[in-house]
Amino acid sequence: MRFHLAQLNLARLRAPLDDPRLADFVADLPVLNGIADTAPGFVWRLRDEEAADATGLRPFGPDVLVNLTVWESVDTLRDYVYRSPHLESLRRRREWFHPDGLEPRLVLWWIPAGRLPTLAEARERRELLAAEGPGPGAFTLRQPFPAQDPNQPLPDRR
Amino acid sequence: MTSGVHPECGLDAVSLLADPVRRAAYQAVVAASGPVGRDEVAAALDVGRTLAAFHLDKLVAAGLLAVSYARRSGRTGPGAGRPAKLYRRAAGEHVVTVPPRAYRSAAELLAEAVERAGAEETLYRVARAAGESSAAAAGDAVAGDVPGLLAERGYQPVSDGTAIRLRNCPFDRLAEQFPPLVCGMNLALIEGVLAGAGRDDWRSRLDPIPGHCCVLIEPPDGTSKNNSD
Repeated sequence: MRFHLAQLNLARLRAPLDDPRLADFVADLPVLNGIADTAPGFVWRLRDEEAADATGLRPFGPDVLVNLTVWESVDTLRDYVYRSPHLESLRRRREWFHPDGLEPRLVLWWIPAGRLPTLAEARERRELLAAEGPGPGAFTLRQPFPAQDPNQPLPDRR
Repeated sequence: MTSGVHPECGLDAVSLLADPVRRAAYQAVVAASGPVGRDEVAAALDVGRTLAAFHLDKLVAAGLLAVSYARRSGRTGPGAGRPAKLYRRAAGEHVVTVPPRAYRSAAELLAEAVERAGAEETLYRVARAAGESSAAAAGDAVAGDVPGLLAERGYQPVSDGTAIRLRNCPFDRLAEQFPPLVCGMNLALIEGVLAGAGRDDWRSRLDPIPGHCCVLIEPPDGTSKNNSD
């Protein structure tokens, strides 16, 4: 069975997206999404209906941006996140996002290739990471785990 | 490998560098822009190829250098088709601290705390000020000499004529674990060095590529006169 890597990360906005303080982030977003879409190993990212991105979706709070993506491997995700112009955006993230109250801000988990993750599933994996720390069912880039055999129980599908 | 807790491990590797010829062989390899063969090292050291290979293989056995094989272009004659044994710096780290110290563990905890507290911009300011004051206080030999100042800090700068790349990241393992935080700190530190060296018109930015420090430095006229190589 082949596996893909699902990734959720959250960011609490310092100001609304139309605020001048967010202007650089808003301007960079389509560029970075474009780099992601054509990056080796990229599979899928969550979008709001017909929109180009997921900034309209706020399931974790009115000021919390959600980023839900699927990649072929930890390495391909890592290359995009840390070895592309995305790194510069991460370096500046405190200009745009609060650190408060969002730990853990990023969670990774394996899904069968061909299936897409849901926000409900992402929420469960994040809670698993928060409760038990990095493990095979929910982990981080700093402490990744290999894909599990198919007998590994997955959370309830809804 | 960090062996601060077991100093004897790092000591075995590092003590190999006490021999001056072997140390020169190591330096010849790490100063090169890519993997090198024993012939180049022998020429750089002005010793025979057999002696160069002896020292290089000792360094490989100790984990200081790594080996790859490749066919080298432009060769003719007998043996030209055989892949050459090439040497490069090994990825492992060797740390000797006597008595044992665990500064990297402390750095990891501090880095995680800075991220969780969202204090990244404070770290950048601290790093910039540190870079600026260290460059301003540098000795006459490297005053205003950006590649020299960076070489003193272990960055192994190399210029391609338009920009300076840094072949070594002094914070490598920490940067691997906390890329935005540590690369951001490093960029601020280098901005500080440029300012402290009186080179405010030089530009530095993040341009991550594998195997190098993530910071790229661009002199104002697109040419670097002070190549440290």
